[in-house]
Order: sequence, then C-alpha cells, then structure tokens
Amino acid sequence: MSDAIFMVLMAMLGGAIRVSTPFLLVALGETLTEKSGRINLGLEGNLVLGAMIAYATSYSTGSPWLGVLAAGLAGMVLSAGHGWICKLPKVNDIAVGIAFMNLGTGLAFFFGKPFIQPTAPRLDAIALGAWSSNPQVQQALKVNPLFFVGLGLAVLLWWMLKNTRWGLIIRMTGDSAASARAMGVSVDRVRLLATSAGGFFAGIGGAFLSLYYPGSWSESLSSGQGLMAVALVIFARWNPIRCVWAALLFGASGALGPALQSIGFSKGYYFFNAAPYILTLVIMVLSARSQKAAHEAPGELSIVK
Amino acid sequence: MIKANTKPRAPALEALHVSKSFGGNKALDDVTLKVDAGSFHALLGENGAGKSTLVKCIMGFYQADKGQLLFSGKEAQIQSPREAHALGIGMVYQHFTLVPCLTAAENLVISRPDTPMVIDWAAERAQLETFMETMPFRVRLDAQVATLSAGEKQKLEILKLLYLDQRFLILDEPTSVLTPAEADEVLGVLGEMARRGEVSVLMISHKFREVTAFCDSFTVLRRGKFAGSGDARNANVAELSAMMIGDAGVRPPAIREPTVPEGPELELRGISARDEEGRALVSDLSFNVRSGEILGIAGVSGNGQSALVELLSGQRPVARGELRVNGAVFEPTRRNFDRFKVFGLPEEPLRNAVVPRMSVAENIAFRSFDKPPVARRFGLISPAGIRRRGAELIRQFNVQTSSPDAPIETLSGGNVQRSVLARELSGDVDILIVSNPCFGLDFASVADIRSKIMDCRNRGAAVLLISEDLDEIFEMSDKIAVMSDGRLSDPVPVAQTDARRVGNLLAGQSGLSAPKPDRA
Repeated sequence: MSDAIFMVLMAMLGGAIRVSTPFLLVALGETLTEKSGRINLGLEGNLVLGAMIAYATSYSTGSPWLGVLAAGLAGMVLSAGHGWICKLPKVNDIAVGIAFMNLGTGLAFFFGKPFIQPTAPRLDAIALGAWSSNPQVQQALKVNPLFFVGLGLAVLLWWMLKNTRWGLIIRMTGDSAASARAMGVSVDRVRLLATSAGGFFAGIGGAFLSLYYPGSWSESLSSGQGLMAVALVIFARWNPIRCVWAALLFGASGALGPALQSIGFSKGYYFFNAAPYILTLVIMVLSARSQKAAHEAPGELSIVK
Repeated sequence: MIKANTKPRAPALEALHVSKSFGGNKALDDVTLKVDAGSFHALLGENGAGKSTLVKCIMGFYQADKGQLLFSGKEAQIQSPREAHALGIGMVYQHFTLVPCLTAAENLVISRPDTPMVIDWAAERAQLETFMETMPFRVRLDAQVATLSAGEKQKLEILKLLYLDQRFLILDEPTSVLTPAEADEVLGVLGEMARRGEVSVLMISHKFREVTAFCDSFTVLRRGKFAGSGDARNANVAELSAMMIGDAGVRPPAIREPTVPEGPELELRGISARDEEGRALVSDLSFNVRSGEILGIAGVSGNGQSALVELLSGQRPVARGELRVNGAVFEPTRRNFDRFKVFGLPEEPLRNAVVPRMSVAENIAFRSFDKPPVARRFGLISPAGIRRRGAELIRQFNVQTSSPDAPIETLSGGNVQRSVLARELSGDVDILIVSNPCFGLDFASVADIRSKIMDCRNRGAAVLLISEDLDEIFEMSDKIAVMSDGRLSDPVPVAQTDARRVGNLLAGQSGLSAPKPDRA
C-alpha cells in the first residue's frame, strides 16, 4: 500500500514539474502584462500558435531550440497586435483578448494541418534522478530545461519589478496611469512592450507542449491551459514567485488522474482528469472573496476598476 | 539636469496680463499674479473664479491665449508640465499623484528624471535617509502609499517636490484633507522654508484663517478677473471675502426659527460597521437627532463619515447595533424610506444620488415614479407624468437646465445638487440626512441650499448634517458632535463649544489642546 502511495506521489511530483511548465510560462507572461495594467486573455492563442510554430520549425530545421525561439517570436508578434489594438481609444482589452485567442488558435490550425502527422525532433530532458536506483524517482526527475527557464524567468521578473527603473515604471503604469502620464511615461508604449514580452513567454510555453509533453502537434493540445493560467495569476496575486507555486499546484492536480491510473486505480478517471478545471473554479470563487487579492491587484486593470 | 547649487534657491514668478478662453467662455481675463522670491502667496477665489486655470497655464497644462510669464525675471515659455518641472516649478494637486502600490521610497526614486536602470536600493535608501534628515517632516519610507493617511500622502507629495529640487511650489487646496493641527504643521513648515528663502510657495485656498495666519501676500480672482492683491498679514477677513464675492454682498445666514422637539426622531444605538477587509469604519455610534434640530457632525474626510451615510442609506450593512426612527426599528430599504419619510442628500451626488446619463426629470422621479399620481393603474409608468412633475420641480427649485430631458450629468454641480434636493425635499420630510451639501459649489448655490435645509428643520424635520466644513457646521447646527477615527464625541449644543474645542476633537485628542507649531 505504502508502495502505491509512493508511486502516486512520485508520479504527481514528476507530473507537477512536467505539466506546470506551460502554466508557469503563460502565467509569467500574463503577470507581466497585467502588472502594466492590461489583461491579455489571448495568451491561449499564443500557446497554441507557439506549439504549432515550434513543431513546424523543429521539423523543418531539425533544431528544437530554434523551434522554441520561433514560438516565442510568434507569440510576441501576436501579443504586439493585442497591445497595438488596445491602445486605440475605447477598445476593451478583454474583448480584444478573446478575439486574439481565436485568431491564434485559428492561425495555428490553419497552418498546422500538414504537421499533424510527421514527427519532429523533440527537446531533451535533463535526468536529475540518476543518483537514485528507483525507476519512479528517475522518471519523476527527468526535467525539461524549459522548466528551469521558467524558474529563472520568475526570479528575474520578480527582481526586475522591484529593483529596476523599468520594473517601477511597469508597476506605476499598471497602478495609476494618471501618475505615469504626469511623469511623462508613455502608458501605451509601456503596455505594448509588456504585453509583447508576455506574449513571448506564452509562446515558449506552447513550444513545451508540442516539443516535450505531450510532445506532438495536435489541435486539442492545449485544452484551455492558457486560460487557466490567467486564473492562476489572480491566485498568485500578481507575484512571479507565487506563480511558480501556483503552477506546480495546477500541475500536480493535472497529474492526479494519470498518476492514479498508473497504479491501476481507474475509478472516476475523468473526474480526476477534470481536477485542474475544478481547481480553477474553486480558486476563482476563493480569490473573488479574498480581499487581499483585491488589494494587490494592479489598480488599472479593467476588471478591478 | 541642472545642478541644484547653480539654481537660485527661491525663484520669483510673475504672470502678466494672462487671458484664456475655452470656447466662448472667458476663464481668465487679463489676470496678473506676482509671487516674490521667498514669499508664501495665497491665490484666493470662489469655485470657478479661474484659480485652477491660472495655475494650469503656469504649469503648462494649458497655453494662455495672451499674457507673459516671467520666471526669476526671465521670460519663460512653458509648453508642458515637464518643462515646468525642469524650470523647478512643482505642483501638489488636489488629487494625489503618488502611485498607491509603490512604497514611499519607490515613489520618490521613480519620480526622478534620472532613475538608474538598476536601482541600488541600499545606496538609494541611505541617500533618502540623509535627505529626510534635512526635511522638516518625515514619512515612513517603506510604507506602501496606499496605507498612508491623507496627511502623510500630502506631506509625501511636498517632500517629492523638494526631493526633485523644485523650489517654486504650487499647492492646490493642500489642507482640504488634513486636520487643523496637521494643516498648521504643514503650512507652518512651508512658511518657515519660504522665509529662509529656500522656496517660494503659491497656495490656492479658500480658507481665510490659513491665509491670514501663514501667508504673507495674496491675490484674489473673481469670475476670471483680477480682484485685488495685498499683504496677507494685515488683511482682514471681511475685506478678503468682499473681494472674492464682489457685489453679491455678504450672504445672510439661514434663518433659524424656534422649534419644539416633538415629532420624528432618528436614533442610532451602538452602530458599528466594518470595511471589506474587516477593519472598523465606525464603532459604537449612539446618538439621536430630534425633531426641529440639526445635529452637525464635523470631521476630517475619511474618519468614518462616509460609512455613516452609507449605513443610513442602505449602501453598507450594519455589523452591529440598531437604527430606529420614531422608536421603531428602521431598516434602510426603499419601502422604509417612504414609510418613515427619510430623505437624504449624499456627498458627490453625481456618484451617489443620481444616474448620470438619465434625464433630470427621470432622476427627480426616482422616489415617485412607481406611485400615484405619476404611475397609473396596473403599475404602468407614465413618462409624460414624470416629465410634467420634473418640469414643475425644476421650476420650483430653480434648477438651471436646458430641458427636463437633458442628461443630469450635463448640469453644473450646484444644479445637480438642487435636482437631488428637489427630489428629496418635495414632499413631507421627517428625517433628512445630508452630507457635505455645499462642497465645491459657488456662493449663490451655497446660500440657497443651506436655506432649503434650514427650512426643512424649521418645519420640524430631524436633520443630520455631516460636513467637513467647520463654518457650515457652526452656521447650521443646533448641536455639534465630532467624528474621529470612526468614533463620535458626545453631541454638545452649539453655544457650549467653539472652533478650538472642535478642532482638538478633530485631531482625535479628546479635549487636550493641540501642540502649537512654532511660529515666528
């Protein structure tokens, strides 16, 4: 019995690290965007488009890392579109975000059709579990480098927001556009840049999906992870470090179903697979009631105002 | 960046023959303002007299149509606030421009034009500490601005200007959010800095007490024109108000008639309320307002007065305690407002009492649209009836509007206030709750609205008046209580108290005298 629990826990740990990576990258992108005072719901589109571009690039060039870069650039271009349209007067960022979500997925499906069948070179994992003779531990500790990219980015973002001029300007723009303007900051430009950079991160998240886990391009690849990552930002209260923990929690809940199945416990499989979605709902309800979250929300967000 | 030591410490500023029109409306007409180096100059005038327009022309928000600006004797063309800052002209606005989510230190550092790309917080902190050492007042550097009190924010705004080495300070009604003691402290310190020749200050104000106590010179504007200037130290209040108001003369106070304390009564018993984060907004309020009496509640903004009005109008749940009207428990619902004849005029009516985009007539009908005679059988509403009744009340209450169908947001502040009064005072009133009824209104509206409230009292209503304006409290009230930090002092008949005692209570010092700032 204890063996089974160990197996489930190891599978969940491995799953948490694996599944959390795209969540983390999208959430960091969204954090940066929202810190500047805008919401980009379109990051789901970045994720799917990034996945397709990464796969296609990796397939045609043979280099998965070139695919990652291409995915980031594609995400950046998509989000720059969002940022550019949102600076037009009387445009609602949420509506534009939904349009861009559909645009991103639509473009990915349109151009991605020829890449559903072929196999592209995938990203390699780093085996951190070599010290252990236990195959479960070895399996769980096979970590993709993009996970570390996410971790590094989280720390960098956290440091940047606190200790650099850009960081303070982004926070200022996100909290009080009037003050930012009074200091001669171009609010639209800050938001355009922050949204574009956020889109780059989300695009990389997409590359992880198609080049590592699940590791192939298909149209049902993301199943709404980009949207859940937006919810996760609220849960993490716009703090990049807390995004890491929140992403791991989402990852673990996503790994619950497969982990239980791996020990032969398949009762309620679909229910356990729905865990991340249920978690999203619970988190939304809880954070809607959390006054602390309301307090830490950037003041310029259209949902806060 | 010009180095601090090459800049003259206290600059002089002259705005000569400035005119500015908006459309056909002349906001400024040949106005001249002279502020000497090292002086503390007051700019006085009623709302709409052109004070803000003039300073905005100086700051470069607007370009004057005509006129000349001399800064330290040299002609200056200021095209934008940025250029004003570069010259060393800084302004503290009525609304704060600090970023709420940043700390005080972060706000100061980012306001600098030369903030380094990577901020070395240890070094910056050390520098800020040394800067603070030289400053007459301190603000906690690590506190998030959102958590600072209004007084601390105001001080931080001023510190920010000094930190940026701006030596010509323009302050727009800087004391409106401060207690009298805080106001005295801030103004006293600025006055001393000016006397030492470190800064020149131009302060927009309409508080005569502050002007005569702290400023050394003044300029008065009236309806966009220069109305006078002089030495503030020997100016008397009558002279100043005559300049501000002009031919209109001194406003007669509302007539108070003797009343008998029998009839409707509003009673609060141990009322407490909390904000969304569970902090106490008001604690244990118990008082009653009798028929034919105005209870005036004085207090500096943000001490729980808004929460009290929200409780009474049903906008905020009561955490503990009981509201009673005429002895019966009163739950603030629309039905009960009608049953107990409770009426109200909340502060900022455009936000709290009307639907801005609905017409004046519709807004006036809010309390009566679904009742006869406006509504007909089967609950059908009659737009014609609403319009007719609206037009009647618009005439009766002298609301200046192009038509009863104009959206109420197109009206001036005084006329929005009158429309709400028309709605609330048109019937029988037993209980009336008013909050800052004259805030931001011109002279004629103030007299008009105060006399309407007084009439209501004279007819036997119990009136609760909540106001940040001490003069208003003293003019209108039969009894006075002071709200500080969510608690209320015992109501005292107006004859048994004075401005000094009330001032001490405002600062939360329950009767102890406030330490007076050193003044030469």
